[in-house]
Amino acid sequence: MKTTLTRGYAVRLSRGMKTNLKAWILLAPSLVFLLTFTVFPILRSFFLGLTQYEFGMRSPEFIGLENYINFAKSALFWKIMGNTLYFSFLTVLPSMVIGLGLAMIVNTKIHGVGFIRTSFFYPVIMPMIAIASIWMFIYMAESGMLDQLLMAVGLKAMNVLSYRETVIPAMSFMYVWKEAGYLMIFFLSGLQNISGELYEAATIDGASPFTMFRKITLPLLGPTLLFVSTIALTNSVKLVDHIVIMTEGGPNNGSTMLLYHIYQQGFAWFDQAKASALTVVMLVIMLAIAMIQFVNADSRIHYN
Amino acid sequence: MKTHKHILLNLVAVVLALAWLVPLVWMIGTAFTEGSYTMSLIPHTRPTFENLRYVWNAVPFGRYYMNTMIVVAGTFSVQFVTVTMAAYALAVLKFKGEKLMFIIIFIQLIIPNDVLISPNYMTLGDLGLTDTKLGIMIPFFGSAFGIFLLRQMFKTIPAALSEAAVIDGCNTFQVITNIYVPSSRAAYISFGLVSISYHWNNFLWPLIVTNSTENRTLTVGLALFAKSKEAVMQWANVCAATFIISMPLVIAFFIFQKKFINSFISSGIK
Repeated sequence: MKTTLTRGYAVRLSRGMKTNLKAWILLAPSLVFLLTFTVFPILRSFFLGLTQYEFGMRSPEFIGLENYINFAKSALFWKIMGNTLYFSFLTVLPSMVIGLGLAMIVNTKIHGVGFIRTSFFYPVIMPMIAIASIWMFIYMAESGMLDQLLMAVGLKAMNVLSYRETVIPAMSFMYVWKEAGYLMIFFLSGLQNISGELYEAATIDGASPFTMFRKITLPLLGPTLLFVSTIALTNSVKLVDHIVIMTEGGPNNGSTMLLYHIYQQGFAWFDQAKASALTVVMLVIMLAIAMIQFVNADSRIHYN
Repeated sequence: MKTHKHILLNLVAVVLALAWLVPLVWMIGTAFTEGSYTMSLIPHTRPTFENLRYVWNAVPFGRYYMNTMIVVAGTFSVQFVTVTMAAYALAVLKFKGEKLMFIIIFIQLIIPNDVLISPNYMTLGDLGLTDTKLGIMIPFFGSAFGIFLLRQMFKTIPAALSEAAVIDGCNTFQVITNIYVPSSRAAYISFGLVSISYHWNNFLWPLIVTNSTENRTLTVGLALFAKSKEAVMQWANVCAATFIISMPLVIAFFIFQKKFINSFISSGIK
């Protein structure tokens, strides 16, 4: 009796072990790549961010928090943080509002809805580098489409990419045009989950479209709004491709964003320590954005 | 009254949609129009293939096309395998350390690869993979998004199916390839479209990694051309180049727009 029990236990244990082994063998390939190119680089940035490691140095030298202290004292760093924040401010809410508007249009029974949806969405699948090349010509001084239009109606050419005051708004306008269609599809799937009966009942009660929007649509889209805002924020903070084409951060760093600055530090000025410290700053921002999602756990996984 | 409102809404929608199309229409129109110094929305010369021909010969776009296709196909092929294996483990098996794996996956979901360009480039240097196509692809071989998407799909497949297969003598590999993979076509298509679009359009990482014509992708080639001296004020040529690199996806999208849109909805996983 006793032996059978022991034997049964041993068999069970080994079966559990076998499953464990099988699971980790199946996970191993993904794990190796995720550890090497996501977890390890995070740790490496934290470590290198605490060192001095300029071009030509043989190995990094530990200097504590000096990189961060220097950032805090650097006007350029704050200017870049300001630019990044300004770009997000000009793009996140507008692209969400327009995305929601487009979703509401596409969600009605109008003629040619397929064509309309396609027009709003196609900028999403075009490379940012191609879009920047096209908009470069729209924004180009005097001979560009925008300036031609302004001069045609008797206004002065603006040359928007060459002035500190207009460069970020001009880029934001382009980006809202690209991003709104992407955010639209999440709102659309959110809207389609709202029961039509609610609107019918409200119509019978004599509610105006605006009231229905405020009392039915917005509250029921709550989780979608939260979720879309984290996507929009992440995307706007990590967007740099267009800067390479349009301005290279100019005029006078007027359009340099944080990730573009990481690129400059690491790959134009070959200062890996500063680039790492900036990466840490970026990681903290990404973490902060992710925290928004924890406010509402339901929205962490979202698809139809 | 109601129909009036409806017609107005429809009109607004169509006008907006047309406004959204302006950059695309202008780009295509200009790509096929003789070069000029002023921009106009409506082409004013006879259509010509001269710009396309010029750009195709001036820039090694054939090579870049090849490279992009190798990178896109290579990345997705490896992802297909790694993601399927991991998704099966996480969806079907109960094992120790599941939480740890989810934490690692979650980290990649919230930290986009572009943020880690600087440390990842150093790792690439350590591995001797700078200026290689493998170097462009390798950081993406593990895909948290793909694992998550496939895991959700695998979870909907009844365990009875695979139990029956095991009784029939199938091993784990056969269970995955005969039951889980074929039943999850929709999820693979979603993952595939998102992965392909992402890597076709990706720019910053390939720009950093590559240093030679042999390995440059289309986006990097376009950026180099658009910034070169030959391209200044030559909208016709730049538009032709833009046309060359973005058309395959745009055309595919116009044909399969429903599939694309549904796939991109799943790309929001966080």
